[in-house]
Amino acid sequence: MSQKVHPYIPNMVPEVQAEMLKVIGAESIMELYSCIPEELQLKENLQLPPALTEYELRRHIEGILNKNTSTKEYVNFLGAGCWQHFIPAVCDEINQRSEFLTAYAGEPYEDHGRFQALFEYQSLLAELVDMDVVNVPTFDWGQAAATSIRMAARITGRKKVLLAKTVAPERSKIIINYGTPKLEFEYVQFDTKSGAMDLEDLKTKLTEDVAALYFENPSYLGFIEEQGQEISNLLKENESLMVVGVDPISLGVLAPPSHYGADIVCGDLQPLGMHMNYSGGQAGFIATHNELKFVNEYPSRLFGIVPTVKEGEYGFGDVAYERTSFAQREKGKESVGTQTALWGITAGVYLALLGPDGMQEVGQTIMQNSQYAVQQLNQIANVKGSHFESAFFKEFIVDFNQTGDTVEQINQKLLEKKIFGGKDLSLEFPELGQTALFCVTEVHTKEDIDGLVQALKDILAK
Amino acid sequence: MKRIQSKSKTRDFHQAKWNEPIIFELHQPGEKGVELPPVNEKVALSVGDGTSVIPASMQRKNKPNLPEIGQARVLRHYLRLSQETLGSDFNVEIGQGTCTMKYIPKINELLVRDPKMMELHPLQNEETVQGMLEVFYKLDLCMREISGMDCFSFQPSSGTQALFAMASIVRKYHEQNGEGDKRDEIITTIFSHPSQAATAAVKGYKIITLHPDENGFPDIEKLKAAVSERTAGFVVANPEDTGIFNPKIKEFTDIIHQAGGLCFYDQANANGLLGITRAKEAGFDMCFFNLHKTFAAPHMCGGPATGALGVTAELKEYLPAPIVEYHEGKYSLKNDLAHSIGKVRSFHGVAQTVLRAYAWIRALGAEGLKEVAKIAVLNNNYMYHRVLEIRGASAPYVKGHRLEQVRYSWEQLTQETGVTTEDVTLRMTDFGLHYWTSHHPYIVKQPFTLEPTESYSKEDLDEYIHALEQISKEAYEDPEIIKTAPHNSTIHKIDEQDYLDNPDKWCITWRTYLKNTKAYDLVK
Repeated sequence: MSQKVHPYIPNMVPEVQAEMLKVIGAESIMELYSCIPEELQLKENLQLPPALTEYELRRHIEGILNKNTSTKEYVNFLGAGCWQHFIPAVCDEINQRSEFLTAYAGEPYEDHGRFQALFEYQSLLAELVDMDVVNVPTFDWGQAAATSIRMAARITGRKKVLLAKTVAPERSKIIINYGTPKLEFEYVQFDTKSGAMDLEDLKTKLTEDVAALYFENPSYLGFIEEQGQEISNLLKENESLMVVGVDPISLGVLAPPSHYGADIVCGDLQPLGMHMNYSGGQAGFIATHNELKFVNEYPSRLFGIVPTVKEGEYGFGDVAYERTSFAQREKGKESVGTQTALWGITAGVYLALLGPDGMQEVGQTIMQNSQYAVQQLNQIANVKGSHFESAFFKEFIVDFNQTGDTVEQINQKLLEKKIFGGKDLSLEFPELGQTALFCVTEVHTKEDIDGLVQALKDILAK
Repeated sequence: MKRIQSKSKTRDFHQAKWNEPIIFELHQPGEKGVELPPVNEKVALSVGDGTSVIPASMQRKNKPNLPEIGQARVLRHYLRLSQETLGSDFNVEIGQGTCTMKYIPKINELLVRDPKMMELHPLQNEETVQGMLEVFYKLDLCMREISGMDCFSFQPSSGTQALFAMASIVRKYHEQNGEGDKRDEIITTIFSHPSQAATAAVKGYKIITLHPDENGFPDIEKLKAAVSERTAGFVVANPEDTGIFNPKIKEFTDIIHQAGGLCFYDQANANGLLGITRAKEAGFDMCFFNLHKTFAAPHMCGGPATGALGVTAELKEYLPAPIVEYHEGKYSLKNDLAHSIGKVRSFHGVAQTVLRAYAWIRALGAEGLKEVAKIAVLNNNYMYHRVLEIRGASAPYVKGHRLEQVRYSWEQLTQETGVTTEDVTLRMTDFGLHYWTSHHPYIVKQPFTLEPTESYSKEDLDEYIHALEQISKEAYEDPEIIKTAPHNSTIHKIDEQDYLDNPDKWCITWRTYLKNTKAYDLVK
């Protein structure tokens, strides 16, 4: 045999090829390419590194990955849109199953389990946010927020969108990119002491062309926005919709936005059972009430439960499929395609494992740990553990303005002590000066936090 | 004992059927699924309960109405659901045409579970993620070579999102040239994926859709009639979902360029083209590849995934930031791109998929990639010949060879027997096989789309063909068996479409079902 048969390509066997070409009536495989004009066909082989066997590949890739230092090796206090949480082993077991890993877009028959698992995910998350409709997941929080906002604009027939200035700037970039050129955006300012939305500024900007206001709670900057109901009242008077982004792992202890008047709720599923994966764990969700005007505006797939011809069997299918771009191309609602279904299934597993008490417990532990961290950071001279006076959930702004050092300098020194310090906010929020967004969750031990505090004391003592 | 007759017959199959209740029905008060990391006693002493600081307006009053279930039961439930899902690892995955269902190498799955991959935070200092950035950069280099483009972004997390990113670049490019308002039309073709038209519409474009000529080729005369000073861009797949390659593609891109538009290439159908022909030579300014299709990352029930987006040097500064660069032995993230469209997805995209695609390319090398393309085309043409011999089946448009897939038609079968392509869908599940019709609208009547990829042996292909032959035979002799299918699936035929289309009846969540049946208040 002149050529090695690759294990991924069984029909490289020459005898089999000959047999198949005979059926086709062709002399060679290249003859099958006669439809491609000569001038478009490559004359040379691609210049790529040589093929590796499985063992060589493993050594090669592991060699590259070994250049990384992970959050298992260093203590991590980064959050800002991707967070380190405890992941039950069952979550990994389920999402690594070959059946779920390699399924795609089968029908509700041969993929019954996929449909049921996603319907259950929708149903479990619906209880967490206390709303009746949840979609099959979107790409991430940013896209979920962008779509929620576009839905609000279609429902109200208005073009202007207000964004809280405290929305994550990177998320705003996604929202604005998805909204341009159809929507116009304007920011609502915040109180620099508490982070809370400036309601006077909101009133000024809440003109009759405002489709929606979007804010996050807990906010990107960590604090809990307590004026939810007041904001909702203002919006309702103006017949504008309230879109709220939320960290779902907070909802065992924090009120879901539907309790203070949100019309559309969105957020990221990554805290519910996904490894960080250098941002590969993100997945977005959207939830609304079960009203036709909302359901009809989802671009996403929505799985519903249906009877089969046999009594006592559950079936599933696509609800209101005609909305989608699959059915209507450019006349459908935005676009739909491959998004993050496996993370939806995983989030469902997570919620089923934790149950009502687990969700409350994890929220409480996170708050205790993060408050402990701030309390201890406050013990360091010239450091303010939390820049804002308001209550926070798992993230908080550590204020280094009085230290004379930049966050960049401090983080570099923390790195030498095997600690990933918080995200430097000095570029995104220059008005806050040298501050950093730290994240503390249920995975942080007292020793982790004490170690951070000691390291900062050492660094700042010089 | 007689031996199993595995050759030349349809498979005697029955899918798993566990009749699992909805997870809420497994609720057993007091059971617990997992123990969480406990709070340290000293921490609790220091700060108290942690939650009383929450302003009253923001306290959750009632616990979420989630079920309480023991760990083993949760596991068993989901394992049973997984068994009721026909992943591509389990079947001759030919029937989900256009989706490029190929073998998912297990070594790649092992590699992405390395903690030095899974436990990385996207904002870590660059010094601590040199390996990750190296993978991004090296895949970029491979993709440049495969496509002829000059730089890739892996931020778009599906083909649809890559199409959206490309439409965003088109808009930004024309705005930059002072033509943002003037150029408001994007041209596409009816046999291209619906997302091409849909994402361009999201960016505010009017869509012009070209229908094929009598041979199934995008009609160049219609293109000439469609271009104008309003043309912003042209987006197309080639081959389209028919498996027909447009040989005049360079003329198409020239016409668009002469009119001042940009050309962007949906390479969702690239599996037969690797090492054969490239986006660059065909005159495209941008292209994308689905790493979860052509480059063997798994489809994961529908994501997470990657639409690898490549552009020419002229458009590099428009890419979503950051991109990865390499200078003097160090990899770094470049955020300051002069005309960047901003972002389409948070952080860096789906890093696992990037790693898988890189590993797959390294397992094959240049020659292997070309073999992938050649065998995918061989397999497809073998099937094409065999399927056309089946009574009632045809493949409209140009005769001769196709590339990696074919859109077939059962029009004759339907006319002669009343069996439709939707009926066939349900019957195919009885043989443990997927089968897909087409995107809407059904330009090809009674359509079905098969894409055999390089992963299947002749024997595998024959198994699939036999199932189609069997169904054709049944249609002419005993159509009732098809009309009442599935018989060997997890569930029987879904009843009452009304549950999916009538707002008073649909139940998108279990609580809605309970509310509709007046049972919700009882369980809450």
